[in-house]
Amino acid sequence: MARFLARRLLFALALVMVVSSASLVLARLAPGDITAQLGPFPTPSEVANLRARFDLDRSPAEQLMLWAGRALRFEFGDSFLYNRPVRELIGRAAANTAALAVVALTAATLLGIPLGIFTGSRRGTAAAFVRGLSLVFLSVPPLLTSLVLVFIAATTRLFPPGGMTSAGALDLSWSAWLLDVAIHIPLPALALALPIAATFERLQSQSMTDALHQPFAVAALARGVAPRDVIVRHAWRVSLRPICAVYGLAIGALLSGSFIVEFVTAWPGLGRLMYEALQARDIYLVAGCAATGGLFLAFGSLIGDLLLAAADPRVRQGQAA
Amino acid sequence: MRRAGRLLLGLVVLIAAAAPWLAPNPPDRAFAQLLYAPPTPIRFTPAPSIYPQRLVSRLERRFEEDRQHPAPLRWFSGGRLVTVPEDQGGPLLLLGADRFGRDTFSRLLYGARASLALAAVATVLALVIGALVGGVAGYAGGTVDDLFSRFTDFVLVLPAIYVALALRAVMPLVLPPATVFVLLGGIFALLGWPIVARGVRAIIASERERDYALAGHALGARPSRILLRHLLPAAGGYLSVQATLLLPAFILAEATLSYVGLGFPDTVPTWGTMLQEATNVSLLAEAPWMLAPAAAIFIVVLAVNLAVQGTGRAPVQLEP
Repeated sequence: MARFLARRLLFALALVMVVSSASLVLARLAPGDITAQLGPFPTPSEVANLRARFDLDRSPAEQLMLWAGRALRFEFGDSFLYNRPVRELIGRAAANTAALAVVALTAATLLGIPLGIFTGSRRGTAAAFVRGLSLVFLSVPPLLTSLVLVFIAATTRLFPPGGMTSAGALDLSWSAWLLDVAIHIPLPALALALPIAATFERLQSQSMTDALHQPFAVAALARGVAPRDVIVRHAWRVSLRPICAVYGLAIGALLSGSFIVEFVTAWPGLGRLMYEALQARDIYLVAGCAATGGLFLAFGSLIGDLLLAAADPRVRQGQAA
Repeated sequence: MRRAGRLLLGLVVLIAAAAPWLAPNPPDRAFAQLLYAPPTPIRFTPAPSIYPQRLVSRLERRFEEDRQHPAPLRWFSGGRLVTVPEDQGGPLLLLGADRFGRDTFSRLLYGARASLALAAVATVLALVIGALVGGVAGYAGGTVDDLFSRFTDFVLVLPAIYVALALRAVMPLVLPPATVFVLLGGIFALLGWPIVARGVRAIIASERERDYALAGHALGARPSRILLRHLLPAAGGYLSVQATLLLPAFILAEATLSYVGLGFPDTVPTWGTMLQEATNVSLLAEAPWMLAPAAAIFIVVLAVNLAVQGTGRAPVQLEP
């Protein structure tokens, strides 16, 4: 287990390094640079100062080495766009994205798994209805769910159509601020969660059906164990493996999906920040965002692997699954 | 169900192909007096017709229907299935108009062309790259296999949306549509091939041990011939399944990038550029027909999901 963890950690580190340096070099080689943000008529000295501050006067390779050297000491440079250290900006945006992702994943799990157990162990109209519903939600990617939810919010005014807080939320007390965020989070979280919940439901349903057909379940039923106990205590454990296997994927999907959801619902997360940074050629911010995105992804697949190990003893003991 | 899905998919392709004939108005014709005009529903009594609409207040975006003079639909006139000429009470706006007063329905039909064509080209590209990389890795084995597989796995774990964003954003923002088409197709293919390669590698690696491959080898066939003519066809079924997974993902990717302003320019009707109109929340509530492209994307993805139902695989995992 320790070796496995060490390997995954090393892999995550390599991924983050490659992704961030590649995005840094890409953004550097792209036409146009940060000096376009100076306004219409910058003086030559202003331009030269800015270029020096962001190491644009050095060669891309030199810049990359400089940046990497500082990154090892957790110095990720400054953002020109926000005039603040990248670390500070990223920290806040990553926290927002992570909060959104955690709420969405929890919602998807709480919706998808019980419904999947239900449809996987039962026939009838109710199960068929749920099945049809999740087939529909499988076909609405986050871009569409968020647009439709924003539309519903805008027409019914039941909940705020976007943003993470109301205007003037900075003056609120800590608890009032938290409440304000709690009102804003359901929309983007639901937009993200619905397609994933549908995936979970379909998978859980399928594996529950498979598990119930296995001899041990049939035997338990034949011995007179209550069907509910067979489902919950015996079959469910066995049926969890495929779910755990997609958990890592689901976290990746959350990261990809959260970009567009953040965009549509004006959630101040990592995706939006990266987009703004790319548009402005704010290269250190780009690199920082890319590194964090890669970190999230690696972290997600690590969680998926750990879950898989928890659900399947074969994986735990280092055998091929 | 599966047949219904395939039928639906075929229908969408047909509609896209026949867009110039089916669309009541040219996609780029802007009716200056009809910005955000609501749809004109078709009245069936006494004869199929619409009520012409007139702008009452530009500020409030209020329109008035002229119920006294219904404008009859014209069938098969001017190379279009059905239309209402402007001088006779038109235009026919089945799904309302956008911010420039362009016909949403017609743009939707034309948008199907760009969106589907781009997704199809990117899918073919991704399949070709994936089949070649996976095929070579699986057939060669050893170091080549290790190298190719590692690389494949690496691309697979990249945060796709960020890479697509970065690759697109580092190009100049304003590009001619043809360049955007090639660029986006290339980016999508670059991000889509690894899954294909992985599966093909596994299939080829097991197929090459079979007797027919050995026979080909014994008869003196070159490796390229064995791989391309004999082994790759075994992966045909897998490739066609992957195609149905990649197509909707790429349609969605185009929509996402165009929506955030990194895809096609607004002058090209695609489902993504049309969705840009939905960015304005307050307008969205008043002009819900701006969500029409979202419905179109939903129909295509649903059709694909239905078409692959019951083939014993996990349903489409959507990642833009």
